[in-house]
Amino acid sequence: MNSKLASDLQNLVVIGNGMVGHHVVEQLVERGALARYQIHVFSEEPRRAYDRVHLSEYFSGRDAESLALGAATLYQTPGVTLHLGVPVLEIDRARREVITAAGCFPYAQVVLATGSYPFVPPIEGAEGDSRLVYRTLADLDTIQAAAKNARRGVVVGGGLLGLEAANALKSLGLEAHVVEFAPRLMPVQLDEPGGQALKARIESLGVGVHLARGTQSITPGSEYRYRMNFAGDEFLETDLIVFSAGIRPQDALARQCALGLGARGGIAIDSQCRSSDPHIYAVGECAAWNDSVFGLVAPGYQMARSVAAQLCGEPADAFVGADMSTKLKLLGVDVGSIGDAHGATAGARSYRFIDEASGSYRRLVVSADGKHALGAVLVGDNSYFDTLLQYVQNAITLPADPSSLILPLGQAAPALGVDALPASATVCSCHNVSKGAICCAIDAGCTDLAGLKSQTRAATGCGGCAGLLKQVFEHALTARGISVDKSLCEHFAYTRQELYSIVRVEGIETFEQLLARHGKGHLGCAVCKPTVGSILASCWNRQIQEPWLVPLQDTNDTFMANMQKNGTYSVVPRIPGGEVTPDGLIAIGAVAKKYDLYTKITGGQRIDLFGAQLHELPDIWAELIAAGFETGHAYGKSTRTVKSCVGSTWCRYGVQDSVKMALLIEDRYKGLRSPHKLKFAVSGCTRECAEAQSKDVGVIATEKGWNLYISGNGGMRPRHAELFATDLDDATLIRYIDRFLMLYIRTADKLQRTSVWRESLEGGLDYLKAVIIEDSLGLAGELEAQMQLVVERYECEWANALKDPEKLKRFRTFVNDQAGDPDIHFVKERGQRRPVRAEELTLITTQELV
Amino acid sequence: MNPTSAVAIARQPAWRPLCGRQDLVANSGVVARLEGVQVALFYLPDEPEGARLFALDNRDPKSGANVIGRGLVGSLAGERVVAAPLYKQHFRLQDGTCLEYPEQALAVWPVRLKGDAVEIDLGP
Repeated sequence: MNSKLASDLQNLVVIGNGMVGHHVVEQLVERGALARYQIHVFSEEPRRAYDRVHLSEYFSGRDAESLALGAATLYQTPGVTLHLGVPVLEIDRARREVITAAGCFPYAQVVLATGSYPFVPPIEGAEGDSRLVYRTLADLDTIQAAAKNARRGVVVGGGLLGLEAANALKSLGLEAHVVEFAPRLMPVQLDEPGGQALKARIESLGVGVHLARGTQSITPGSEYRYRMNFAGDEFLETDLIVFSAGIRPQDALARQCALGLGARGGIAIDSQCRSSDPHIYAVGECAAWNDSVFGLVAPGYQMARSVAAQLCGEPADAFVGADMSTKLKLLGVDVGSIGDAHGATAGARSYRFIDEASGSYRRLVVSADGKHALGAVLVGDNSYFDTLLQYVQNAITLPADPSSLILPLGQAAPALGVDALPASATVCSCHNVSKGAICCAIDAGCTDLAGLKSQTRAATGCGGCAGLLKQVFEHALTARGISVDKSLCEHFAYTRQELYSIVRVEGIETFEQLLARHGKGHLGCAVCKPTVGSILASCWNRQIQEPWLVPLQDTNDTFMANMQKNGTYSVVPRIPGGEVTPDGLIAIGAVAKKYDLYTKITGGQRIDLFGAQLHELPDIWAELIAAGFETGHAYGKSTRTVKSCVGSTWCRYGVQDSVKMALLIEDRYKGLRSPHKLKFAVSGCTRECAEAQSKDVGVIATEKGWNLYISGNGGMRPRHAELFATDLDDATLIRYIDRFLMLYIRTADKLQRTSVWRESLEGGLDYLKAVIIEDSLGLAGELEAQMQLVVERYECEWANALKDPEKLKRFRTFVNDQAGDPDIHFVKERGQRRPVRAEELTLITTQELV
Repeated sequence: MNPTSAVAIARQPAWRPLCGRQDLVANSGVVARLEGVQVALFYLPDEPEGARLFALDNRDPKSGANVIGRGLVGSLAGERVVAAPLYKQHFRLQDGTCLEYPEQALAVWPVRLKGDAVEIDLGP
């Protein structure tokens, strides 16, 4: 409770809202600074603080909002004002005022967190798209615009940021090149062999690396827009050039108001992060401590914590330099650098491991007496990083043979157990969280990883320590005799597998029965309801529109369509095996045209129709069913598609009729609900055009029959399917698939794909073969019978719903009104309609008003 | 005492018919519309204290789409909630508070069953 009048509060001005400036505000608020200060934050960028460490992900799917740091509510806290797009022009130290375009603000204290700017060497001809930089989201937008008509892009600078920038260009689809002045990549963090290993890896990814080359001028190119001219008549042509040749501290304000500067620029600070003016602090990349600028986020956060503590009158740790160890994934390549990576300490000796075949390199630098680790370099595999870092940071005595720490990990890996870490060991260096602090939080009752992260903030900075945190967490739980809670949710103290057995054994057919007998409460939740809904469907295959099943389904199963971002649905009729008649195609086209649906071919050889409103679904399905189609279950965790090639009927190489087999499989398993979606494919020969080896169940024709592959996966974590059985006849093939699918349904966790399930199976593939092929558990007959029940009870859900006016009542946008949702708007693009974007909406509203 | 709730208590409720009892779906949601306002109605007939009816704003603040009425109803830590269907954040049926993003509360309105009619008070 803040009883002070606003006039009693002093103005605290934070200049800059980058990662470190944001952390200052976060720390101030957390430590109760609002009882003393009104905080004003000025930022020249138009957005609130965002994650610069993961900037290149902006081009691989993350938007500005998801890169934003922390909760937006921080800047809505009374007493905190964020002035976005308002640069501070001057600091008047005599009057203690900051001068901005929006007026003058008096201050009691200032924290400068202005960060840095990219250094662009003066090169003749560098301008526009040949002088791009990579620092802010606005820079990224500029790069993206420049890349539109470009084929090739060059990054000048082979350091950490330069390689990040090269990754960004690659994500934009450009042929990327890196030009570095020094004779190796990442000269600060890596030594010579480390740089070579990294170069080899990066080149194998198709990125050109050109070392020891200084750009002398940029002139118009002949095949590309620009030509970069190097010494000795060498040149490289390109369509755009991004400079990432280092950063310079943004100290313009300090120069303007004559604060002391470091020898190589930067606002000079003492160990309290104070500038030469006691009312002005500086933190992060704009500050120079002992003439050094720290270009990493962890030291910046360290400074931010120190300043926040001082401003709140708390004891603060002095800033006396920082550990510059880094663990990165650059262009997908692991790179790590710890402590004295170059072995500069007097008497230091090194152990080195070089694997030229895979491009891996590891170096361990040890003290003259061989007792302690001083530093390390890693390229290609960062799984060694956490252990090595702990040895260096906590001066843990090395094992008798220190080389064991960098040699390939055999079966008995000499990894440093988390047990060996002292309580003072830092686990998360971004937020300075020790192993002791983590164990304290666990002792105080925190027994889940997510809660531990939000409570201690460990692994919420760069995230590099997430693996170590998990180890410490699991180890601490085991040591305390706490078993990890595997309850499905607060309503059921059972796993999905246990609930499945209960449902089977007791013949339970409703959620209420299961909850009353084995659960808690009376409503269930968004976790247990769909899980139980899926189990009931897998076991008994009743219509999901039955009144007792309806409340269990997620919205997609409830309305038997896939909800899209604007609340409309997409509709996918089943096209078994991808085989469709011209009349079928025309019927789908006619429906799409009539309801103005956006139409797209799916990866599963079907057609997806987008943009239908809830009340239109029954009409659309009535027409599709009249044309002979059935529901495609694209909305369910259930059998999706069986992809196939044309097979021996048409193809000169085909050895079996793959389409016929695909139709047989799709017809048998359509409507089967399972822990996750199921995809199938059948190829007519070993050329494998149907990509069966990336499916849950893949079938490939042989001269003698069919080879069965299982547990493949595409998607985020692709996995090749494994060969399970060879040269099967049709009946045996189906029998094995029956058993495989039912065993998976019986034993998998909720939302677990067959690939992850298979990997978690004790005994692996051999066990699975024993159960399914040799029937080692005597289960085969039971599994087949259970599948037969599901097959016999199949009925198209849409056909069933259309027969029942009670079920159709649900398909109304408004229950008291025939109209559609007036807030759904579309625009035309490439001849079809698509949902309007938020920024286009104002335009439409104005037009409609006119 | 919170002054706004004192005003709400003092005001005579202005009940207006919205839809019929037969339009509701037990333990699930439907959407009705009154003068341009989209109302998500959740009907829980078997609560320990008797049948309950809740009326919340149908617009999901996170997606901007009118979809709350199509969310899954359940309970979390003793609170009755609906999970928004697109991004699965939970709103308390009682007062519209979002459990994950407290700044994103949904408007709620008094609603009741009068015979076979559902009546709502959308305020003055």
